[in-house]
Amino acid sequence: MSRIDADVMIVGGGFMGVAAAFFLRQRGRSVVLLERGLVGQQASGTNFGNVRRQGRFLPQLPLANRSREIWGKLPELIGHSAEFLKSGHVRVCYRQEQDDGFEIYAREAAQYGLKLDLYRGAQMRAKFPFLGDEVLSASHSVQDGHANPRLAAPAFGRAAARAGARIEENTEIATVEKDGDLFRATSTDGRTFCAPNLLITAGAWGSQLSAQFGEPVPIAIHGPQMAVTEPVPYAIGPVVGVSSPFIEEVLYFRQVERGNIVIGGCARGPAYLDERRAKVLPESTLLQFRQMARLAPALTRLNIIRVWSGVEGYMPDDRPIMGRSGKVDGLYYAFGFCGHGFQLGPGVGDVMAELIDTGATSTPIDPFAIQRFATTASAVPVEA
Amino acid sequence: MVQPRVIVVGAGPAGVRCAETLVAAGIRPMIVDEGRRDGGQIYRRQPDQFSRPYSKLYGTEAARAKSLHDSFEALRAKVDYWPETLAWNISGGKLYTARDGLASDHAYDALILCPGATDRLMPVKGWQFAGTYSLGASQIALKAQACAIGGNVVFMGSGPLLYLVANQYVQAGAKVAAVLDTSPFSKRLRALPKLLARPDVLRKGATLVKSLKKSGVRIVSGIEPVEIHGHDQLGVEGVSYRDSCGTVQRIACDAVALGYHLRPETQLADLAGCAFTFDASTHQWLPQLDAMGRSSVKTVYLAGDGVRVLGADGAEAAGALAALAVLKDLGRPVDAARVDALKRERAKMDRFRAGLADAFPWPAQHAARLSDDTIVCRCEGISVGELRRVTLEEGAREANRAKAFSRVGMGRCQGRYCGHAAAEVIAAAAGVPLDKVGRLRGQAPVKPFAISTIPVSVTTPEPTEVAEGK
Repeated sequence: MSRIDADVMIVGGGFMGVAAAFFLRQRGRSVVLLERGLVGQQASGTNFGNVRRQGRFLPQLPLANRSREIWGKLPELIGHSAEFLKSGHVRVCYRQEQDDGFEIYAREAAQYGLKLDLYRGAQMRAKFPFLGDEVLSASHSVQDGHANPRLAAPAFGRAAARAGARIEENTEIATVEKDGDLFRATSTDGRTFCAPNLLITAGAWGSQLSAQFGEPVPIAIHGPQMAVTEPVPYAIGPVVGVSSPFIEEVLYFRQVERGNIVIGGCARGPAYLDERRAKVLPESTLLQFRQMARLAPALTRLNIIRVWSGVEGYMPDDRPIMGRSGKVDGLYYAFGFCGHGFQLGPGVGDVMAELIDTGATSTPIDPFAIQRFATTASAVPVEA
Repeated sequence: MVQPRVIVVGAGPAGVRCAETLVAAGIRPMIVDEGRRDGGQIYRRQPDQFSRPYSKLYGTEAARAKSLHDSFEALRAKVDYWPETLAWNISGGKLYTARDGLASDHAYDALILCPGATDRLMPVKGWQFAGTYSLGASQIALKAQACAIGGNVVFMGSGPLLYLVANQYVQAGAKVAAVLDTSPFSKRLRALPKLLARPDVLRKGATLVKSLKKSGVRIVSGIEPVEIHGHDQLGVEGVSYRDSCGTVQRIACDAVALGYHLRPETQLADLAGCAFTFDASTHQWLPQLDAMGRSSVKTVYLAGDGVRVLGADGAEAAGALAALAVLKDLGRPVDAARVDALKRERAKMDRFRAGLADAFPWPAQHAARLSDDTIVCRCEGISVGELRRVTLEEGAREANRAKAFSRVGMGRCQGRYCGHAAAEVIAAAAGVPLDKVGRLRGQAPVKPFAISTIPVSVTTPEPTEVAEGK
């Protein structure tokens, strides 16, 4: 029976896992990453592709800033741009309360180094002429943008492999346990993997693994509702998203340079951990159509050509699980990114590598500690 | 008794015979069809103001076309007919449609999918030039609009349709530069025993070839397409092919009709969750099917060329059989003798289908020899070389992975036209069997779907008592 040893074993080949593998190799740590299917197939590969900082929980901004810096350096770092485009990001609203919120958020975000410009009225319409009449104001982040989720995680995975990480795809784990100082995982095909450090980056499946170490979390499973139009001449610069307390109003879209417009939001669909599939409900697509008529009416003249979804894990407080285990030495987590993990991916990989390598992080991640759910009585994954 | 909710998708030979059988049993089906009128592709009706007679429009099949159209006319008052309606999605036991900019959804007790087939295409260098049409499209242009795709047309590919459409062009007065068939004549001889399952059809085929030759049309068998020559602005100028001796020949033309027989339109079956199996003889994934037309999903039935390409006559038999399967599963009385006769008829058609697959095989081996600069995905403009690159350098040895990395199959057609060829390219490049490449997962919408579509709530009629049919 073959046995593979490394400094760090990573379980889950999503964006967080492959980015961590890459940055661990940069720090000279040996890495083996185990992925049940192929790298970046679930939430990492099926999300909207937002590289957005504004609108985030403020204490998450240092992490988002660190990630944004890496996004700008991808070609030098991993030899692939992942089609990252510094297009800007516009957050818009229909109501006065959100407009007031934009002012406050912009002031507070500035403390974290995120500059936001607010536009209203004629000035807003001149700058973003495609916005519908109901749009009240727009908060513009010039430095943000979007990238291609289909390419980003696989590109990181290949770069990590080139740097010497062992990326074991199609490797399903039968058991994982701590044996003395070593974590030992056995795959269903009989291979054994051992390492003194274990990083769980299993996305929506994260709690199934953390539960094996006595730390289940109340993760809810949903699928994003995505669609894409036929290509049209490239004309819309920024990513556009609605801020609203009502989820059915929260539509967002971005145009890729090829011309297609990617659309998402307004609802969450059902997702299934066992089948590893998530669905787009037809009603979600039709809801997005209605909301598009409010947000950018001209786009209703286009056709959509495809919809898709993926399996995402959501925490009840809308914050991910990230950091050290509260119970087991050498065990680390980075999962449950609540539908907003794509922008964070490179930063999460960098921070987790730093944490595992040095025992501390220069970027605060305390609000994401798994210990906040330590008292949760029942924490069974909820499929919805 | 309570009227079951039965929906038939498609109003071609399968859909019409299916609906007819349901109506005869006292059921009022809903018929959803993309077409402006009934008839499907094969018996497509011309616009109202056109006046070409049946004999001119449908040739040897005029009587069958007339019969199908007449049957449908007789059904009109007994069905809920939804023409020009896109069935764009199936989810949670409901069919989702769009018509005149309005979206609605329809729950069903039984859904019979008869969506027909489209051309099966193998790329050739230069096939993106304006003036390259699929064989089916070149026939539709003639049938529906009385237009030819060009003034001097090359018909290239393989399959019975190649000869039929070329002949229809000659009859319509268009110039046919050549008929270039990738299948060597010897294959057709070897397929004769199976083709003799339908001697009349075989005879019609022979007559077509004879008629083409008599008109002076050059027919070349056993060729390999090399290139469609042309300009981005001016379109097609000519075709090069390698003849059976290995010599490259060039023919001038201004349009090319390209096709390698047909492929079933399986997206709706896929969205309905039907299981697929790999059919090694035709190199494609097809929905699982029982002898009556039942899919793997309890309330979903499949008939016609949309599930197995048996041709129009086979589709009529399959449509009626699927309706009988529905009736049987609803607990209605079914004439066992009729079922047996239709099953025998369908089996005969299936034997002929196998003969056609032998006689005019899909040229899978061409995929490995396509030059890197050949476009494989016309919607997205992706080259064979790029597809090979993601296969070899990025490890995308599975169809959906290769799509994600290269965009092949991501465009307007969603892989319906490039999917089969792309799978062959991946298999050849990676050195893996075709079935291991898998198939592109179907996603809604089935066709491009307008964002301006407005949902309406459909008032479902109250269940009504209806008299039992004969």
